[in-house]
Amino acid sequence: MESSDPIFVVIKKGSLHFLHGFLPEWTVVLVSILLSITAIAIFGPVTMMYLTWLERKVVGRMQNRWGPNRVGIFGLLQPIADGIKMLTKEDIVPRNADKVTHFLAPVMVVIPALLVFSVIPFGRGMAAVNLNVGLLFFLAISTLTTIAIFMGSWGSRNKFSLLGGMRAVAQMVSYEIPMVMSVVPVILATGTLSTVAIVEAQLGGKWFIFTPWGFFAAIVFFLCGVAEVNRTPFDLPEGESEIIAGFHTEYSGMKFALFYMAEFMSAFAISGLTVTLFLGGWGGPVLPSWAWFLLKTYALIFIMIWFRGTLPRFRVDQLMGFAWKLLLPFTLLNIFVAALWQILPAPKNLLVSGIAEAVILMIVFFAARKDSPTKRTYIFAD
Amino acid sequence: MDVLHCLARFGFGVATLVTLAAAVMVVSLRNIFHCALALILVLLGVAATYISLKAEFFAMIQILLYVGAIMTLVIFAIMLTSKIGDTTVPQTNRQSLVSFAILAMFDVFFIGSVIKTSWKVNAVTMAANVDAKVLGMAFMNEYVFPFEIISVVLIVALVGAIILGRSDQ
Repeated sequence: MESSDPIFVVIKKGSLHFLHGFLPEWTVVLVSILLSITAIAIFGPVTMMYLTWLERKVVGRMQNRWGPNRVGIFGLLQPIADGIKMLTKEDIVPRNADKVTHFLAPVMVVIPALLVFSVIPFGRGMAAVNLNVGLLFFLAISTLTTIAIFMGSWGSRNKFSLLGGMRAVAQMVSYEIPMVMSVVPVILATGTLSTVAIVEAQLGGKWFIFTPWGFFAAIVFFLCGVAEVNRTPFDLPEGESEIIAGFHTEYSGMKFALFYMAEFMSAFAISGLTVTLFLGGWGGPVLPSWAWFLLKTYALIFIMIWFRGTLPRFRVDQLMGFAWKLLLPFTLLNIFVAALWQILPAPKNLLVSGIAEAVILMIVFFAARKDSPTKRTYIFAD
Repeated sequence: MDVLHCLARFGFGVATLVTLAAAVMVVSLRNIFHCALALILVLLGVAATYISLKAEFFAMIQILLYVGAIMTLVIFAIMLTSKIGDTTVPQTNRQSLVSFAILAMFDVFFIGSVIKTSWKVNAVTMAANVDAKVLGMAFMNEYVFPFEIISVVLIVALVGAIILGRSDQ
């Protein structure tokens, strides 16, 4: 066990062992907690900084241009330059704003984004806390973002902010349900809510994405995750061509940067959780476990950026119809398919649940097609 | 380990105080949106209390349902009601004193029952590992009747909401 620990765990254990020599036991426990917190508090913002760089570079490549390339080699120092710029910008608060709410919102939005990192297993033994309700913790804490976004939009006293906030709330409430439903099959298969145990159940290449239910649950979960973090094509709350910048219209400088930071950290966390639940977490041959985790997570983040470079924005009715009429019935039926998979013996279950999945997909798709939005007919403008 | 124990107690005390202060804010603040935010703080504080009672599952469900879903809908309702965010709209009416007295009586009953209950906290209950499987088993065997009753109530509420909310065609 000791030899297979990743380097970070070895460093932490070693330093704790060293401190144990001359410090009382309770300080060692506190130092252990502080080390994990510090690691996450550094990892989150640094990841966010380089995600902005990655996004600009990749989208630039997709749009046949260079992206940032002036500050440092390949523009690698661009995030640092941007950070300094953000810090020195003037902090503008609208005169009629609700001062307290306006101030608290960007702080509140970062807290859940950082907290959810604590249950993600970054590698073997590298989850900050192994909660036995880790998965629920993630889902519950990430809903707090909604409240913070709404505080910001309401506190700004701005029509565009309020519209963006209302859109954000409607979208998050809708997409939360299929998101929670799509992880139920995973809980069914593993019998646990601990993220660490879920990864351990998938070791040896038994990734849940290779099962019929897992494949579709993974897609649904990832799509809902993209919707939860307000990224294209679900970026209605901040659609700049319609409502300026949505809920963060009235924010400048570091406060805006905090919203931005929360968004990117949530994007990373959602990708990380998708990897944990369906793509085998840190499991993989040859490379160290944390490298596998980061590799898979960045692959999903690349897909998110790819979405952004490719897809246009949803319309509000399309957005709601997609969640309620397609994803929700499909995820509900997917739970039954997962139960079939669990009950039947090994070779038969693949066939039966595969066929069931295909039938369900067809039924839901054709049932939803009747209601799926068609070309809009204009009543007044003609 | 004693110091850690003290720290945990201190944390519990802080969480309780914050919960109580926020609860006072819910009924005393002028702006109803601020009241809703204070109510969120109360619910989070209650979740923290659950965690200190080793009921993590319960705490997470509390946050997921109350803060994530219900409070979001409450805030949405506040937004859709015109002028209710105005601070000049009075928060109380003449019945507030009466309701306060009734609630105080209710509190006496509550506190009395809390004191009378013998809390069976021992090493076995503290070590009990409540995972998803155990909870599912409990729902489907021991508590199947209340579980089904609640399900029926929720279905009725859902159907009613759909009937109320559908467009007239």
